[in-house]
Amino acid sequence: MYTGQSVKRVDALDKVTGRTRYTDDLCDRKAYIARVLHSTVANGKVLSFDLSEAEKVPGVVKILTCFDLKEKHYFPTAGHPWSTDPSHQDVADRLVLTDRVRFYGDDIAAVVAEDEVAAAQALRLIRVEYEEYPFVLDVQKAMEDGAPQLHENYPNNILKHTTIRQGDYEKAVQEPGLVKVEGWYETPVVQHCHIENFICFAEKEGDRINVVTSTQIPHIVRRIVGQALGIDWGLIRVVKPYIGGGFGNKQDVLYEPLCAWLCLQVGGHLVKLDVPREETFVCNRTRHSIRNHIISWVRPDGTYAARKLEAFSDQGAYASHGHSICAKGAGAFPQLYPCPNVEVDAYTVFTNKPVAGAMRGYGIPQAMWAVESHTEDVAAAIGADPLAFRRQNLMPVGYVDGFSKNENYYDSFNQCLEKAMKAIDYERKEKEYRNQTGDIRRGIGMAVFWYNTAVWPISLESTSCRMVLNQDGSFQLQMGETEIGQGADTAFAQMAADVVGVPVDRVHVVSCQDTDVAPFGTSAYASRQTYIAGFSIRQTGLMLKEKILDYAHELTRMPVFNLDIREGNIVRTTDGRVMMTLGELATEALYSLTDSRHITAESTYQVKSNAYSFGCTIAEVEVDIPMCRAKLLNVVNCHDAGKLINPALAEAQVHGGMSMGIGFGMSEKLLFDEKTGRPLNNNLLDYKLSTFLDHPTLQAEFVENPEPTSAFGTKGLGEPPACSVAPAIRNAIFHATGVGLRDAPANPHNLFKAFKEAGII
Amino acid sequence: MSKQYKLIHCVINGKEREAMVDVRASLTDLLRNDFRLTSVKKGCEVGECGACNVLINGECFNSCIYLAVWADGKEILTLEGLEGPNGEISDIQQAFIDEAAVQCGFCTPGAIMSAVEILNEGRELSDEEIRIRMSGHLCRCTGYENIFRAVKKTMLKRLGK
Amino acid sequence: MYDIKALYEAASVEDAIRLLQEHPEAQIIAGGSDVLVQIREGKRAGAELVSIYGIDVMRGVTYDGEDAIRIGSLTSFSHIAASPIIREKIPVLGEAVSLVGGPQIRNIGTIGGNTCNGVTSADSASTLFAWDAIAELTGPEGIRRVPIAEFYIKAGKVDLRPAELQTAIIIPKKAYEGYHGNYIKYAMREAMDIATLGCSVNVLLAEDKQTIRDVRIAYGVAGPIPMRAPSAEAAAKGRPAARETVDAFARAVLEDIHPRDSWRAAKAFREHIAVEMARRALTKSIELAGGEIRE
Repeated sequence: MYTGQSVKRVDALDKVTGRTRYTDDLCDRKAYIARVLHSTVANGKVLSFDLSEAEKVPGVVKILTCFDLKEKHYFPTAGHPWSTDPSHQDVADRLVLTDRVRFYGDDIAAVVAEDEVAAAQALRLIRVEYEEYPFVLDVQKAMEDGAPQLHENYPNNILKHTTIRQGDYEKAVQEPGLVKVEGWYETPVVQHCHIENFICFAEKEGDRINVVTSTQIPHIVRRIVGQALGIDWGLIRVVKPYIGGGFGNKQDVLYEPLCAWLCLQVGGHLVKLDVPREETFVCNRTRHSIRNHIISWVRPDGTYAARKLEAFSDQGAYASHGHSICAKGAGAFPQLYPCPNVEVDAYTVFTNKPVAGAMRGYGIPQAMWAVESHTEDVAAAIGADPLAFRRQNLMPVGYVDGFSKNENYYDSFNQCLEKAMKAIDYERKEKEYRNQTGDIRRGIGMAVFWYNTAVWPISLESTSCRMVLNQDGSFQLQMGETEIGQGADTAFAQMAADVVGVPVDRVHVVSCQDTDVAPFGTSAYASRQTYIAGFSIRQTGLMLKEKILDYAHELTRMPVFNLDIREGNIVRTTDGRVMMTLGELATEALYSLTDSRHITAESTYQVKSNAYSFGCTIAEVEVDIPMCRAKLLNVVNCHDAGKLINPALAEAQVHGGMSMGIGFGMSEKLLFDEKTGRPLNNNLLDYKLSTFLDHPTLQAEFVENPEPTSAFGTKGLGEPPACSVAPAIRNAIFHATGVGLRDAPANPHNLFKAFKEAGII
Repeated sequence: MSKQYKLIHCVINGKEREAMVDVRASLTDLLRNDFRLTSVKKGCEVGECGACNVLINGECFNSCIYLAVWADGKEILTLEGLEGPNGEISDIQQAFIDEAAVQCGFCTPGAIMSAVEILNEGRELSDEEIRIRMSGHLCRCTGYENIFRAVKKTMLKRLGK
Repeated sequence: MYDIKALYEAASVEDAIRLLQEHPEAQIIAGGSDVLVQIREGKRAGAELVSIYGIDVMRGVTYDGEDAIRIGSLTSFSHIAASPIIREKIPVLGEAVSLVGGPQIRNIGTIGGNTCNGVTSADSASTLFAWDAIAELTGPEGIRRVPIAEFYIKAGKVDLRPAELQTAIIIPKKAYEGYHGNYIKYAMREAMDIATLGCSVNVLLAEDKQTIRDVRIAYGVAGPIPMRAPSAEAAAKGRPAARETVDAFARAVLEDIHPRDSWRAAKAFREHIAVEMARRALTKSIELAGGEIRE
């Protein structure tokens, strides 16, 4: 069995030697360089351009503006499976270039030049005349009557409003003796900050356009480039090489349509669009800032009588993934701590800010900031121990969500909490840190989360796999699911090796997805790769095995039911005799003069299940009150992601998610100028991504309850590690100081404000 | 005005090289474009992320903010230079594999080169010192944890500990 | 590829002066960690540059004639931190420059570049202010020596005359002998950051270690350029090394500093931490000097 083992990454050697080719490494040097001109007003209309000076710059090939767009093909950008039902399709509100600008940074023109210096010079020389409109940056102000409207058809800028109603909230709150706990909890705009910026290049080949791009979702990119150009989707070929991280930003179609369009405007010449870091922050996608308002009515015995959540999700200027994010977080609210009387109102609202899209956790980190901060506040309000209070109210074993049919099969929450508590010595520290005085105090806090692994039943869940047997008995494995750094290829190889019965090094994963040859798949999102791909790998592997054994029967005259493939050999199961190697069989199969076969298998599996992934974080902090800073001393995550396919890679994955959670909880926030809407800190110096020195040792623990719905007992782990870190840190600070933060992150600015309000400085 | 070039001589990964350099080029441009040393990555181009880190005369530099003309007379080492004549990899590269310190791999070359600078000192650094010395690299995948482990493990191994 | 109009490489100080005279529009590039970034941003795009990076005589830390410490302007931060002279005589300067950016930045960044930028957040600057450093400027008319506080004119502007370059930073013996200091950098993360506020303090204690014979404090980011806090110094000079003195010293800082409100930090926040930093940096300096704070 290779699953369950810490097999070394299949791509590690290339990555430590620098041989791995990323998009830029593949681009021919003859490429023209494209740069995008962005709007310098937050809301308005481009009236005209003066290109006269820019066009004089030597090396400029062509300058294209929004007014050169003769046919307007509006397209959606979310990396969702396409829906053939128009009412479920993503909002198509983007153009490759726009004259109607809706945020500071909107794309209004592009320069194509022979080199980057000429492109940059020309960009600086373009003069733009705008008609400026009032703009709005605050999510609730954008909902007010009379607020500047970003899009037609969305009154009060509300992209979508959904509700959940359970029981009778209004009646339930009348119960005598209830304690009302109310709070606001807000998360900031943050960005993915994958180290490889978004980059793509496009070139015509015959009638078709080849697009090589740093994406998580090649097949979706193909569809959307087709939609954006108004041409048949088969005319587009998308190639996804190794990518330098994505984290959801590259689960959106970014500049591929523009790059393909620019390529067509310069006669099909190779055009490269390499987005600078400053533009990655603003002109790609961000994480939705969500403002949450929670009211809980609690009985003195610690049970909930009624609960209410209002969530206001800041979509920024265009729909992208839209309401899906806020809806996912809001959906967690009644499930995590079930209560008979619940009201949820979730709003996704346009503002004149950069576009928010998918980001690791997909609404759950925001929801957990609110829900788990609030849980701590409720426990404090009724004088309950936060751990006991959680245990009393958490989703019970056997809980089934009526919509997704997801079930809580095990006591995962308590198991995870216990393991994490032990790892960090929670009980001792919790007692020791009570009632401290002095300037410097320590605290320990926790938070839990759940995360849905995949997107069924909201969207299509299908996965395709192809296996092609080679002469030596090894085989190529091709998936629609993509390697984006998480280690998916290695997990796929392990699963395929086990199903077919070969050593793992006999599985050659074709890492690159080329939409001309790769099986169809909607790719990397929703922490679904390992869970979803497992189905088609198992199904296809069994098909391949059946074909191999059928041929083995031809060669050995043994009945198929007495044959098996073990470690790359055809074995007679009755006595364990090796009949031949798989290599011998495969060679014979290809070159036989009597019965030649190319043994391959390919299949699609439509998955109609989904799985809850569970876990928790416990964080220990030291707070320097006069200096308004918190230092993270220890942090542990414990996850139940089902059976781990590769424990070492799973641990590494958890570290990365925790790191992102630490940034979200302690330092990261994208800032905008109130007067202009201009982004202020869109670079890696001023945006405070955590560094090597901002982390304590990261501890990752696991509980491995096999997921009953899964082909390999496993479920999502990509996003979960980022979900509960921030509120655990917040609750640790609360434990240390008695001050509960409203807004993430717990950076000195917010701590200064909160400590001032609390009168402790 | 016409473009300005300078002929430079330097040693890159142990080999003497000469190149006619556009004075506007960064060392990243020179290494990636002229020598196709594509382990040198571009992540920010302002010296904030460390993806383009290389050793120049034994010290780490972000090659994106280092003019190519300054490489004249210098000895430059990139990740490609660690590989032996038969494709052997160094202990620190192996440690990155063994400790699962590699994920997307984009920060990996730069991070390994900082580790090489540390390891070349041949002394034992405290955990804090290792973290300080590696702090010029931003990584969004690993949380730095396994990178730290790989560096520490290799350091101790080299010191026979 | 940078948008550079022309690049002139100087092989010596004299060469640099000549090149600057021949190309009056040209700007000096030392390590380039600021200049190149600004070219990329467009602020200095199309610039003519005189590169002084190759002038090796401007590197290194040595003793000047009368035991003054001389730091060549091109000495990198990492080389300053590693210098035995700095470690022995002014360790706080080594500590301060070890907080600049990250290791790679400390290898390329130079003390000359850091000070000639004229930015208030430079980690070296507040310590140089606090140690009465002198900038050595070499130009067509020869060498000038200007106290660091006078070298800074306003934000982004220093006292460099046409065709002149800073060749060294000098710290006179009387400025460092017997003094012990501490630098606190307040930043939003532990590496790769610029100071929200920097505070450098040093003290000279009387022989009995009970009295503060002299104290100097300087800030970065407490105003448009680095600054000393004379009211604070007056409040502690000649006073006992006691809690009361430290508190008075820290409070008096607010009479001197005038940080601004910006998106990087609110004025009220900077003022709040400035007081706490003064308190801590003085306490630490007294401890380093062998004293003890009496309650």
